[in-house]
Amino acid sequence: MEFKKTVMLGALVAGTLAAGVAMAAEQFIGLPSYRVGAYAAGGSGIYGGWIDYMNLINERDGGVGGVKLVWEECETEYNNARGVECYERLKNKGETGNSMFSPLSTGITYSVLDKVADDKIPLVTIGYGRTDAADGRVFPWVFPLITTYWSQATTMIKYIESKEGDLKGKKIVLLYHDSAYGKEPHAVLDRMAADKGFTVEKIAVAHPGNEQQSQWLQIRQIRPDWVILWGWGVMNPTALKAAAKTGFPRTKMLGVWWSGAEEDTIPAGSAAKGFTAAGFNVAGADYPVIKDIKKVVYGKSLGNMEDESRVGSVYYNRGVVHGIIAVEAIRKAQEKYGKGKALTGEQIRWGYENLNIDDKKLAELGAAGFMPPLKTSCMDHEGSGKVKYQSWDGAKWKVVTDWIDADKQMVRGMIEESAAKYAQEKGITPRDCSKEM
Amino acid sequence: MQFFLEVLIGGLLSGVLYALVALGFVLIFKASGVFNFAQGAMVFFAALTFVGFTEVLPGWTGLEEGGGVVFWLAFVLALVSMVVLGIATEKIVLRPLVNQPPITLFMATIGLSYLVEGIAQGIWGANVRGLELGIEDVPIEYMLEHHNILISSFDLFAAALAGVLVGSLALFFQYTKVGRALRAVADDHQAALSIGIPLQHIWAIVWGVAGFVALVAGLIWGARNGVQFALTFTALKALPVLILGGFTSVPGAIVGGLIIGASEKLAEVYVGPFVGGGIESWFPYVLALLFLLVRPEGLFGERHIDRV
Repeated sequence: MEFKKTVMLGALVAGTLAAGVAMAAEQFIGLPSYRVGAYAAGGSGIYGGWIDYMNLINERDGGVGGVKLVWEECETEYNNARGVECYERLKNKGETGNSMFSPLSTGITYSVLDKVADDKIPLVTIGYGRTDAADGRVFPWVFPLITTYWSQATTMIKYIESKEGDLKGKKIVLLYHDSAYGKEPHAVLDRMAADKGFTVEKIAVAHPGNEQQSQWLQIRQIRPDWVILWGWGVMNPTALKAAAKTGFPRTKMLGVWWSGAEEDTIPAGSAAKGFTAAGFNVAGADYPVIKDIKKVVYGKSLGNMEDESRVGSVYYNRGVVHGIIAVEAIRKAQEKYGKGKALTGEQIRWGYENLNIDDKKLAELGAAGFMPPLKTSCMDHEGSGKVKYQSWDGAKWKVVTDWIDADKQMVRGMIEESAAKYAQEKGITPRDCSKEM
Repeated sequence: MQFFLEVLIGGLLSGVLYALVALGFVLIFKASGVFNFAQGAMVFFAALTFVGFTEVLPGWTGLEEGGGVVFWLAFVLALVSMVVLGIATEKIVLRPLVNQPPITLFMATIGLSYLVEGIAQGIWGANVRGLELGIEDVPIEYMLEHHNILISSFDLFAAALAGVLVGSLALFFQYTKVGRALRAVADDHQAALSIGIPLQHIWAIVWGVAGFVALVAGLIWGARNGVQFALTFTALKALPVLILGGFTSVPGAIVGGLIIGASEKLAEVYVGPFVGGGIESWFPYVLALLFLLVRPEGLFGERHIDRV
């Protein structure tokens, strides 16, 4: 009897200890956020949504496979030097170091591109960064997920084609932010213009873009059929207002996904009505995942957004997409490397490379239609190439298309060409994906 | 020719808006010799405070949202905030630095700009807001129909407002007791002190007036592009205006603004296409630098002569 008691007590202690160990497992995620400075509106929305989703997973599901998610923010102010400092500060934190680095800045992305391979930390750039990094053979540590700028540009032409029919003889103006980001779609649009017989006029807007009188007077002279707005920050509302001032219809303006948030349209007031923009996520709070966040996270006063009305906005939902993908990458990696323990960045990289978030999975996550299905591989670090379009009705964004597929054949060819050039310059031997598992 | 005129007129009207921001710099430099790097931050602070009050006042007072009473009450409260900010700056930042080299004062205002930007976002949040002043930013139909020239009614209103502001400031400087004291302080601090002009009192007034100018500029620019952090960048547009017009001249700010506004638009349209476009941001600086070679004190600035 005494022996039985001892065994039971021992089992209880061992069980408690084991549970304690499991409870203690924490997956660290370093967040190089920006909540002050010029781009604070975007940073606070996206990182706020991401944190809320991680809180949801912790509170509702007890973490990922029993592992709690923990995080620490580091303020970059969208500044490259600070971004690198944050990268260094965060990389060794947590039980197994930083799980991933996602700086929401193409500049910071370029600054740490070489470091992530040395430190074995996946660099996740969803909707920005280096397009040719979609070739995972050359860029094993970089994940420009969902849809790249080049893919997006092809969907824009498809969208215009759906409105205009044959594009032969049509005139399209690309009004772009005069930076590397703004020049991203040039080659793709030139190639499509040659293929489809339309002309594309490129007009640069100097940073920050708060003055566009001369550009819009030029557009008035050109009399284009469509204007593609490839803007950022204050350039977007300024363009919409200037379009109204020069009488150009906003229904003939198509924005990149960094031109298509509430922060771009609200300052433009009535001038934004009818403007359409791309998105790899949609706006709206009616999705089950957002409802869950409101109920579980904000219900317990754990919400990250100071202004709760921003929950469901384009940037906020983009943050939730970041959260969903990060969690699913960890979950996938746990399938291979084991549950109940913190994984290394190298292991999570494998998770990112083997993601399969299909429609069924999206429905389970409460995110059907919220973001496109995503399937990555060693070859393909983009994973989707789909875009939805939303129009601003004067008060909110309304989805006006289903997911539009990119011209993958053309874009993939360009990606491989550019990645091969990069590999040659850097002396990189591309991986043989047939040997990867 | 028609297109040229359109670009020219648009440029001149934009130039007036640059002048509006430049005025704030001129006022402070004129009275205290401080190049206030924080002027752009003050424009942002003023506009954000105004919009912030329009948001919270209906909740506090039960007044109708978007009504005229809320607008003017928010304007007065934002103005009071700017005056308080100006006086606090003078007392906390500048007074302890009296008799320090100009570069020290300049550096202090750089620090101040970060502080003001942070305080503004700390109090009112980082959200981007829209601002409607009730004047539509649309072309004047008569000009469009009869001359096919596009002139914005909002830009015209802003230019008229800037004109009134400059006229009022010129009269204030010329004919009031405080204005004369300001000019005396600007001319020679020590001589002004020796005849009993209270230097610190005058500085507080100047910072308060600069706050008022920042508020007007913030409202105009905020209505154009939204109330957001980018308002701080308006200061970048004012710098070449100051170099051209002179750091100490109110009319110089206007003339400088007109020249910069018109030339940058013409350059963007007629020179830009040959060099890849997007030259609007740097062309005014090139122009201002060239001008510096010929007339370092600017068009209306005081010629600085040292006896050696």
